[in-house]
This record gives sequence, C-alpha cells and structure tokens, in this order.
Amino acid sequence: MSKRSPIMRHGAPVALAMLLATPAVADEIWITNEADDTISVIDLTSLEVSRTIPVGERPRGITFATDYSVAYVCASDSDTVQVIDPATGKVLHELPSGEDPEQFVLAPDNRHLYIANEDDAVTTVVDVQSRGVVAQINVGIEPEGMAVSPDGKVVITTSETTNMAHWINTETQEIFANTLVDSRPRHAEFAKGGAELWVSSEIGGTVTVFDTESQAELGKIRFDLPGIHPDKVQPVGFEFDGDEGLAFVALGPANHVAVVNAETYEVEDYILVGRRVWHMAFNRDHSLLVTTNGVSGDVTVVDVAARKAVKSIKVGRFPWGAAYRPVD
Amino acid sequence: MTMRHCIAAVAAGWLAGSAAMADDLSVTATWLHVDLPPAPTLSNLDPVPEDLGRAGAELAIKDNQTTGSFLGHSYELQTISAPPEEALEAAKAALQGATFLVTDARAPLLQAIADMPEAEGALIFNVADPAMALRGEGCRANLFHTGISRAMWADALAQFLVQRRWSKAALIAGPRENDRALATAIERSLTKFGLKPPARKDWQVDTDLRRSASAEVPLFTQGLGDYDLLILADEANDYARYIAYNTVLPRPVGGAEGLRPVGWDRVVEQWGAAQLQSRFGDLAGRDMQNEDYAAWAALRAVGEAVTRVNSDDPAALRAFMLSDAFELAGFKGRPLSFRRWNGQLRQPVPLVHGGAVVAQAPLEGFLHQRNELDTLGLDKPESACAAYEE
Repeated sequence: MSKRSPIMRHGAPVALAMLLATPAVADEIWITNEADDTISVIDLTSLEVSRTIPVGERPRGITFATDYSVAYVCASDSDTVQVIDPATGKVLHELPSGEDPEQFVLAPDNRHLYIANEDDAVTTVVDVQSRGVVAQINVGIEPEGMAVSPDGKVVITTSETTNMAHWINTETQEIFANTLVDSRPRHAEFAKGGAELWVSSEIGGTVTVFDTESQAELGKIRFDLPGIHPDKVQPVGFEFDGDEGLAFVALGPANHVAVVNAETYEVEDYILVGRRVWHMAFNRDHSLLVTTNGVSGDVTVVDVAARKAVKSIKVGRFPWGAAYRPVD
Repeated sequence: MTMRHCIAAVAAGWLAGSAAMADDLSVTATWLHVDLPPAPTLSNLDPVPEDLGRAGAELAIKDNQTTGSFLGHSYELQTISAPPEEALEAAKAALQGATFLVTDARAPLLQAIADMPEAEGALIFNVADPAMALRGEGCRANLFHTGISRAMWADALAQFLVQRRWSKAALIAGPRENDRALATAIERSLTKFGLKPPARKDWQVDTDLRRSASAEVPLFTQGLGDYDLLILADEANDYARYIAYNTVLPRPVGGAEGLRPVGWDRVVEQWGAAQLQSRFGDLAGRDMQNEDYAAWAALRAVGEAVTRVNSDDPAALRAFMLSDAFELAGFKGRPLSFRRWNGQLRQPVPLVHGGAVVAQAPLEGFLHQRNELDTLGLDKPESACAAYEE
C-alpha cells in the first residue's frame, strides 16, 4: 500500500540502531494500528517503537499463543486472522475467521480461537492447528468483547447493539445463558480465578460484575470524574493487575484510566492518559501499563505503583489492541 | 403496497438461551409512508429513494429481532404506503393491530393521526417533519420525534459559528414555506447564541441555474455585505447546490449545501457508526439518510424499552422511554434519550460536508445544567408543549 513509507514499513533503521545500542533483548508490547494496517512494537526497555510490522487491513484484536510462539491478529477488513512469527514479524499464514473479525480470545488449550465477527452477529471457533472452523455460534448484533474462563469451559461474547453477554459452553459450542448489561458492551474478562465475569458498557458508562456460577449480577461499577460530563465517561478495555486486587479500566473519550478495587468495586483513582483510550497491556511484572489512545495516535506508559503516566509514545493511526510479549 | 414488506416474526431456529426468560412477547410496529410527490427541484441528481425511512425501520426490526431471539421477544413490521387523502384511514387500520407507528407524515396530518381515538395509548414516531411547533404548542402526548427539529439543526450551525468566531452570518431563504420556517429558526438560533442577526435575502431567481449560476449568483450575493458563512435555507436543495463558488465574496456556504447539519449522513463513521452504515448498506443497497436513521432510532428505542421492561404495554414502555433509566446507543458517541417535555430524541447533530464530518454538536464548551445535548433544540423553558407532563 502506497500510504506507508518504505522506512516505516520495515522499521529496519530503527531496529538496527536498537540492536547496536542495547544488545540485551527486551520484552515487547505489540500495538495494532487500526487505520495504518500496521503493528507498532514497543520495546519495553527503551520505551521506543522498535519495529513496525505491516499486516492486513484494519488490524484490531491481537493476542499471542500461550507459549508466545506466534501472534494472532484480527485483520478485520481483510476478513482473516493472521498468524505472525514474533521474531521476524513475517505473516506465516492466515486462519479462516468469518467476516470482519474484530476481537478474539485464545482458549487455554492454546488451540481454539474464539473470534467475534462484528458484521455478522456470529462467534467463529477456529482450530489453529488444523486451521479449520470448528463451529459458528449465532450471537447478538455487533459482537466484540471476548473472554475465556481460566478452566477453558466458558467463553463469553458480548454484543454491542444487543447489549448482552452470551455465555458459551465450550464443550457443546452452544450458548447456555444470556445476561443483559448496559448499552454497548465492549470488553469482558474473567476475574478471581474465573469466579467473576466483568463486562464494560461503553454507552451505559458502567462495568457490570457477574457471578460466573449463577450468572447473577454481583455489582455495578460507575465512574465519576470531576469536570467531565458523564456521557463522555465510556468504559471500554480493562485489565487486572497480577493478583487481581485492582482493575484498570480505560474510559474512552474521558481520556483517563480508572483504578478500581476489585474487592469493593470502588474506584480508587483516575489516571490521565491520551485521547480516547481503548485497550491496554501490562509489562512482565505489572509495574508498567501501556494504553492505546485511538484519537491521539499514541500509547501512554503508566507507572502502576505511582498511578501516573510517565511517557507517551507515538505509534500509527488509531492504535487499538495491545498485547505483551516476553523475550527471553 | 400494503403489508408488502412484512418481516417474519419468528427468526430461524436458533432461539438460544431463552428458556429462563419470562413470557414470550410479540411486538408489531407499522411503517406508514405518506406518498407525497417530492418538491420539484432544478436538479434530479439526488432522487428520493422509494424506501426512504422504511429501510431504517426494517433494519431496526432486524436488530430488535436478533436481541429478542435471546429473550423470547419477537418483532414484526407492517409497512403501508398511502396517498395523503387516504393516510388517516390507513393509520387508523394500522393502529388497530399495532400500537407502534413510525411515519413520515407531516403536520397537520401527523397531528390528525395522533388525535384519532385509535391512537390513544399508541406510540407514534415522527421521522420527517422538523417543525418546531410539533415540539411546542402543537405537540401530542403520544407523539415522539426521532428526527432532528429545525431548532436543533440551526443551533448546531450557530454553535459552530460561535466556536470558530465566525461572528457574521448571511442568509438566503428559499421561497417555500418550509424554507421560510427554517430561515426563522436560523435567525432564532443566531440570537440564542449571541450572534448578530444575519444579512438576509429571499431567493427569487427563477432562471435555470444549471446554466446561469455563474452569472446570477454573484449579482444576487452582492447585497449581503461581508460575512463569514453564507447559510442556505433550502430544505429540498433546490437552488442551494448552485451557490457555492459563485458567491461574489470567496466565503464558505453552509446549511443545505457545504457545511450541513444532519441527523445522519453517509460520512458519519465514528463511534462504531461504520457498523450501522454497513448493516444498512447490506439491507438497502444504498446509503443511510436522515429519515432512515430517525426510523431506525424510533424502533430501536421501542426495542430497547421492550428488552429492559420485558413488556409490550405501550404505557409502561412510554414511561420507561421518558425515564432516566432509558438510554439508546445511537452510534453518535453519547447515549440518546427522550426529552420529557416534548418527546424529542436528544441527539448530537453532526456537521458534515460531502466527504467528512467537520464537527459534531454540541460542540466543546456549550454546557447545560442537565445535559449538553439540550443546548440543541427546544429546551424545557422554550417549549410550549403542554401535552407532556414535565
């Protein structure tokens, strides 16, 4: 594609300089740039972009295999999931994904990828080894948020316009429950060893916590930022710190990440980051959190202990997903 | 034409996970199109689609149906097209079978429909008439408005002028009654936001502008003095398309052409709107327009209320739709809700040009004690609507 400069495309000069300057390999965070069809690789030692990898059209969801042997990327407008060699950045092959894959989750078996097909109201299950579609499950309109329980028995798809979390039994690949949440659910994560499911609602402005066993609602987290109109507080991506004592919730156009006590569901703090914060990933020891900021085209590096932004790093246009990669 | 486009009430056999839900509900809504010939215009470049509005209603029913399939709720749309003289009878017949009516009827027919005994307790949605009177003294308790009013349209433009510090506006008003009403709304909005009244000329040129614009428009715009933006009040886009680049001063135009306030437009793509656009395109094979969006929002509002209340009782749904608990995700970056004083759907108003969104009102800095969206259109103290309780 002509819009990318050849230098950015291969990132060779930058990567070379990095190698010369820092011989020790560094952990990385991979960022998908939705409007640039690239991945920006953030070097976690230098906190610079070390590589820019060209991928398919409109990359959004990104995750690594449980053994980090490959990266999976939803190339939404190419209607495919690309499998990438993390060391070289080469696309190894593509997986069937259904139409418009937006977000996905890899089961703990390292084999089954559950993909939300945003335009199709379907969740597609792909076997990454046989590279075949195992099942397609009809879900609500505009599926997006995907989560898998730690034991791999339950997968969640949230649908943005249907406003539900759909609970999928991974043995039968069928929905066994549907729970309503507030408007425009965006992201889901299991917490506390799988005992709880958290779902963010962008337009509703809330995070709903469910008891996994009964699918009953345990609580609802609301956000109140001084000086910011409640309509602009739009929770999207979120992650738990290592011991799950805290949740970090991206608040979209409120340009803040909320720090939520995962026990009491109380908001403890708000951290100012870039514009329209989307998703995030931690580094190895969870001392740093990197957020993607869709509108400002950068990522913010947050010092988790200090609860403060320490650096902004320019990446591509519309940075969306973030995934951590250890390099040993 | 009647019942031509019924959508099957029951979806295919994938009704998953509904076992634990309450009693099954079946909701029937009507799309009533009043078959009026469009206003004659010099150019036929933008024909009015035959399914304008209806396609939005169909998409909303499909969206509702998908959600409903998980809850044991089903939705059906009956569509009616009638000439103006038969529309009242058609509405009467429709309301006997369906309590939800979405229509492109305009006042006074719209009020006549709402006033029929059969309409008592029904929920009627106005998607096409932007008249301020329908949100004011001419309002009806069973009449909601999901299209934007002239006041919202003009307020969006005025906010843009204020934010850009374009303090001087000029105005050309078309000859039709609706254009005059729009011109009045523009003058009102400029005053509301502290701007000077615009230099105004009423459009009188009756030559074929397709041939003569470059000769006529410079002459016509000479008398307007200096200004920052020339606003064109021309709802049918009859003359407005010939004004840009032919004005005597090198200034931008807005309103019907150039910088256009819209309820919806194909260039709206932020906030997940691209998904709605693509679903609509798949269904209708064309771009989604204002009336399509308004009809979609109307039936999505009904669907959202049915989902949350788990009832098809119109009184219960109306109460919920007017409560603080109601919020509709309308792909405009903020939750949409209904004004309790006149039934108008609160919504952002994108300001667009042919290729992109320029800004989205309410613009940064326009604050309101209740909801920033209420800086657009008739606020509670300004609305003379008595039929709504608040």
